[in-house]
Amino acid sequence: MSEERRLPPVTQLGMLSLSLIVAAVIYLSAHLPKHVPLGPAIALLSVSGLLLVGNVASLRRAESFAWGRFLEVARWALLAYAIIAGLIEYVFLRNSTSGGPLIVLTLSLVVFALTVPVLIAFTVARYDLAPSARDGST
Amino acid sequence: MPAAAVERPDFQIVPRAGLPVIAVVLLLLIVAIAVNETWPLMFLHVVAGAAWTIIDLFLGFVIGPILGRLSIPARVELTTRLMPKMVLIMPTVVAATLAAGWQLATKLDYTLTSYHYHGWVVASFIVVGGMAVIALGLLEPANIAVLTEIKKPTPDPEVIQRLMKRFIYTAGATGLMQVATLVIMTRLATG
Repeated sequence: MSEERRLPPVTQLGMLSLSLIVAAVIYLSAHLPKHVPLGPAIALLSVSGLLLVGNVASLRRAESFAWGRFLEVARWALLAYAIIAGLIEYVFLRNSTSGGPLIVLTLSLVVFALTVPVLIAFTVARYDLAPSARDGST
Repeated sequence: MPAAAVERPDFQIVPRAGLPVIAVVLLLLIVAIAVNETWPLMFLHVVAGAAWTIIDLFLGFVIGPILGRLSIPARVELTTRLMPKMVLIMPTVVAATLAAGWQLATKLDYTLTSYHYHGWVVASFIVVGGMAVIALGLLEPANIAVLTEIKKPTPDPEVIQRLMKRFIYTAGATGLMQVATLVIMTRLATG
């Protein structure tokens, strides 16, 4: 499918971003409720967040991308994953997580709740290109 | 036979009839976490975790190979009946397993670094994290994309085949990782 070759590697970068954010949450969870050195978690969160921003930025430059379909799917997926992230946040709050670890966890969950909808919406929209863009596809 | 010529049953990508059930499960989860009693947390963690494990193993090693050998009309029929349910079930059982499991582990002091089997607990985080990345980053998008493709007036059979392959392989991968989860959880349960 020639049209896929013109699209940036959103899935690959999204998977990397998701892996880093999951690693950050595992790192924090493995230390809580004791004091956690936040440096590694902040580093993982920062790289993951940058990958997410870079991913969307590179996608914005893609030609013939079905943005209508992308946004249609992304908003419902965002609703679903915001609920899931909210539930996870609630569990940490319930167990008196506070201060720096809570901020890093919250931001990690925000990146998580944005990354998954991007991956879902991209996977749907990449096969929904305009008919003219599909010419020459296998 | 081109997929466009295959008769497709009418279906909803997200079955609306299932949404109240999901809402009830999530409500029960919130209540269980709020009251912080061992039994409701254990119940939700075990039921949701067992469902997650069984579905992954069954999809990856039983349904997956069967699906690959079915005729295209039969594959479309099974896909349009099975996969919309997965869109609702999988994120819900994953969320319930993780949220109830963390609360339970905290209540039982399993998350403390001083806990004798803390290494096993962290290993479970890593395995579950790996499964979550595969399930959320590859499996769930493929699930929704294949249903969207089938719903189109003229679905592309090559796209459906490619996405189904991705779905089945990732379900198999998470199924294998579930075996590791079973080893860890039975180790923790027996002490």
